[in-house]
Amino acid sequence: MSTRTVIPMGPQHPVFPEPLQLKLSLKDEKIVDVAPALGYVHRGIEKAAEKNDFTQNVFLVERICGICSFIHAVCYCMAIEDIMKIELPPRANYLRVIWGELHRLHSHMLWLGLLADSFGFESLFMKFWEIRERILDILEKTTGARVIISACAIGGVRRDISDEHLQEILTVIDKCEKELNGIIPVVMSDTTVKRRTVGVGVIEKEKAIHLGIVGPVLRASGIAQDARMTGYGAYKYLDFKPVVEESGDCYARAVVRAKETYQSIGLLRKAINQLPSGDILTKYKGNPGKAAAVSRVEQPRGELIYYVEGNGTKNLERVRVRTPTFSNVPALSKMLPGMELADAPVIVLSIDPCISCTER
Amino acid sequence: MANFLGAVIENLFKKPATRPYPFTKREPFKDARGLIKFDGDKCVYCGACSKKCPAAAIRVERAEKALYFEPFKCVTCGFCVEVCPKDAINQEFEYRKPDYSKSIEKYGPSAVPAPAKTEAPPSQA
Ligand code: SF4
Ligand code: SF4
Repeated sequence: MSTRTVIPMGPQHPVFPEPLQLKLSLKDEKIVDVAPALGYVHRGIEKAAEKNDFTQNVFLVERICGICSFIHAVCYCMAIEDIMKIELPPRANYLRVIWGELHRLHSHMLWLGLLADSFGFESLFMKFWEIRERILDILEKTTGARVIISACAIGGVRRDISDEHLQEILTVIDKCEKELNGIIPVVMSDTTVKRRTVGVGVIEKEKAIHLGIVGPVLRASGIAQDARMTGYGAYKYLDFKPVVEESGDCYARAVVRAKETYQSIGLLRKAINQLPSGDILTKYKGNPGKAAAVSRVEQPRGELIYYVEGNGTKNLERVRVRTPTFSNVPALSKMLPGMELADAPVIVLSIDPCISCTER
Repeated sequence: MANFLGAVIENLFKKPATRPYPFTKREPFKDARGLIKFDGDKCVYCGACSKKCPAAAIRVERAEKALYFEPFKCVTCGFCVEVCPKDAINQEFEYRKPDYSKSIEKYGPSAVPAPAKTEAPPSQA
């Protein structure tokens, strides 16, 4: 009879970009139990958001996540716009989609690279990150910053994208698509990749619903749920279908994200072609009244929910953020047991954990 | 493996994607949000920028006609530039250079040479 060994994985671990600890109970090499420990990067952002002026919070909430910063700002602004009944100019809605999809694109490429890195495929990792750099350059050219782009404002966006830059975005995404065509098949069909991902960390449809999983992890288990389908912003004018895979393993999650990069490229093209002209910002007066609003958007990692409550002053009563990783961490406790210890890094990475988001 | 062979061969003959940094520098993009500079003569010390700055990097002393700016707190969001009624704030494209200490810059009407670095941090308002 073998005894159990507990191995703490993290908070510092080569595959984790952020501090998460998983206490893995092992029987020989098999994982039998997992206990996640969070709380290493709590920054008190929700409390800070109550102390700030509500206009300053746009810049604060962006700093919750260093990858999908813009989408956080969009979600916050949508909640405030809901409370204050601000109508957005159509162009602003489209610009938000363009920057949002650029963020999704670079986030998915970052993840695909990290996945390759987690099983030691360094050259593939470098390839993805090389392509990602072009997207970051586009973000810097159009907004003035690489990641925390501060382009969103309550009532619209702060900067316009010139026609010249729109053309450039189109050329860059064409180029990226061509380069991705060369390396996405590696993720999808290479034996070395498949051996590490097929049948690893399976989560079935029923369990996925039961655990309340969101985003690409949920879509990889065969459920067509995507918060963009609610049609917020300009998404209602852009016809698209969520990417769904059936098998629910790490491979399916990689395929979903790989296909979503193409989907984002498609959405960008549509949005740029349909982009209406006009204003980019609606002026508003006053403070958010005594009301509450909930807004939902789709982040690269899944559904993001903001609850914002105003009290009539320039400060807010409450800002509550529910990030996608918060919903996806419980999935690990079902994915890991029964797997080999050596598979743990790939499985943990497959939910695309964003710990700083989760702890705020 | 065959799938990746093309990329491998291409990599053998390609130039590196990175720059040899200190020797080759990338020019900042036009309209990049970088350093914040104040114009002590245009400024009317109204304090609008300090109220809106999300990083609390600006402190305006109205009576003293002085503006204290902590560049290492600034997150280069550009919000102050937007709210300034007198166009007294200018955002450059360059990034801030690293430094040994977190300096505080003092701006005032041109009688006071600007920007002058103050040694001791000014008392908190
Ligand atoms: S908002 Fe402009 S004019 Fe007012 S204190 Fe700041 S820099 Fe001076
Ligand atoms: S750029 Fe932003 S952080 Fe910097 S001083 Fe202006 S308002 Fe403050």
